[in-house]
Amino acid sequence: MTKEHANWSPYDNNGGTCVAIAGADYCVIAADTRMSTGYSILTRDYSKICKLADKSFMASSGFQADVKALQKVLSSRHLIYQHQHNKQMSCPAMAQLLSNTLYYKRFFPYYAFNVLGGLDSEGKGCVFTYDAVGSYERVGYSAQGSGATLITPFLDNQLKSPSPLLLPAKDAVTPLSEAEAVDLVKTCFASATERDIYTGDSVEIIILNANGVRHESEQLRKD
Amino acid sequence: MPSEQKLGSAIVDTVFANMVSSQNESSLLSSEGDSQRTQYPYVTGTSVIGIKYKDGILMAADMGGSYGSTIRYKSVERLKQVGKHSLIGASGEISDFQEILRYLDELILHDSMWDDGNSLGPKEVHNYLTRVLYNRRNKFDPLWNSLVLGGVKNGQKYLGSVSMIGVHFEDDHVATGFGNHLARPILREEWREDLTFEEGVKLLEKCMRNLLYRDRSAVNKLQIAKITEEGLTISQPYSLKTFWNFAAFKNPTVGAEGSW
Repeated sequence: MTKEHANWSPYDNNGGTCVAIAGADYCVIAADTRMSTGYSILTRDYSKICKLADKSFMASSGFQADVKALQKVLSSRHLIYQHQHNKQMSCPAMAQLLSNTLYYKRFFPYYAFNVLGGLDSEGKGCVFTYDAVGSYERVGYSAQGSGATLITPFLDNQLKSPSPLLLPAKDAVTPLSEAEAVDLVKTCFASATERDIYTGDSVEIIILNANGVRHESEQLRKD
Repeated sequence: MPSEQKLGSAIVDTVFANMVSSQNESSLLSSEGDSQRTQYPYVTGTSVIGIKYKDGILMAADMGGSYGSTIRYKSVERLKQVGKHSLIGASGEISDFQEILRYLDELILHDSMWDDGNSLGPKEVHNYLTRVLYNRRNKFDPLWNSLVLGGVKNGQKYLGSVSMIGVHFEDDHVATGFGNHLARPILREEWREDLTFEEGVKLLEKCMRNLLYRDRSAVNKLQIAKITEEGLTISQPYSLKTFWNFAAFKNPTVGAEGSW
């Protein structure tokens, strides 16, 4: 008795790359805006970044329908939190919620590769990086998605962050200034676009600091 | 890409192992007596194309319903009105589309029964369809359709697409199936924000002709639908002129005498 095999997959990879960098008093979250399927481009203008709270932004690549469902779940949980506690969720709290939400579907995962960026309760930049089933850690910077393997080594070299192997553990945030970090992010995406077919069209950048939120956008190669 | 296929098939294999080996028992992943889940589509429609133009949305689809490699039905209407402000175009399994039309009918009915002067716009209908399709995908029993949803409400034009697994987006021009490969490139080159109705129709016909030449499930009988703030019209079925008078077709063996 041979087992029946499905001829459809509940998953698809809609591509894209996400990056986040934490600074002493700022956080940069960026993602390209290309949405693909197979070797086709569906749209050049799709945002992968979602504002979960005043000081928490999540960038996610992977299977878009799951990403959207995840964003919806987290947004509505945050709304309930606000009703119950009369305040916004802190970024580390949101980080834990995201991890729990992902693990909840451990046996039919959200195919989403997330970076959560924001400011912690002391106003310092924080970045959390995840796998598809909720394993996470706080880091100084992270890249996820199809271009992550191209970007991460570059960031390792250029950010001048303290080594994660040092003991006692040093604070992971980059000593770079906000302007330098934003410029670095643009360079990352320009480079990843050259070699990763799923990254390109344009990059959307969010900069969070004590003064609020700023948006920047840069065009990328469309091929 | 390999990794999500491995992930997908690992999960799917577990589900299907449960289904096949325990047809008569209920298990965590199946409900009583359900052993029917969509495995393959039977009667299918091919591409739908939609574009925004100056006054609203234009959509085109042919009237074919294929049964595998047979073109079984040639008068299938794949463009339908949804409420006051929206137009839906469907490709994929026709019976699932008919089911979706029943859901939409109920949605619009309940919306109008509020009798509050508000009516669901294209953005809302698109969101509803996305949720329906995604939830069916979650139950491993998808509605086998790719849908295009367009409309105008309060002067705002909206055009979106949603696939059978819930992948959705909006754009100035969308297409399903083969349309993504053959029509979108033409639209990327020639679409403009301020297309007139005549220009829009010509552009859609150019895309549909291309599909007719190259998509084996396309038929030469199509409808074009227009939706604006004023209302919706779906054209009578008509066919496109095609051109086969290429030298290479007339005399295919020139340059290679003896071949065929």
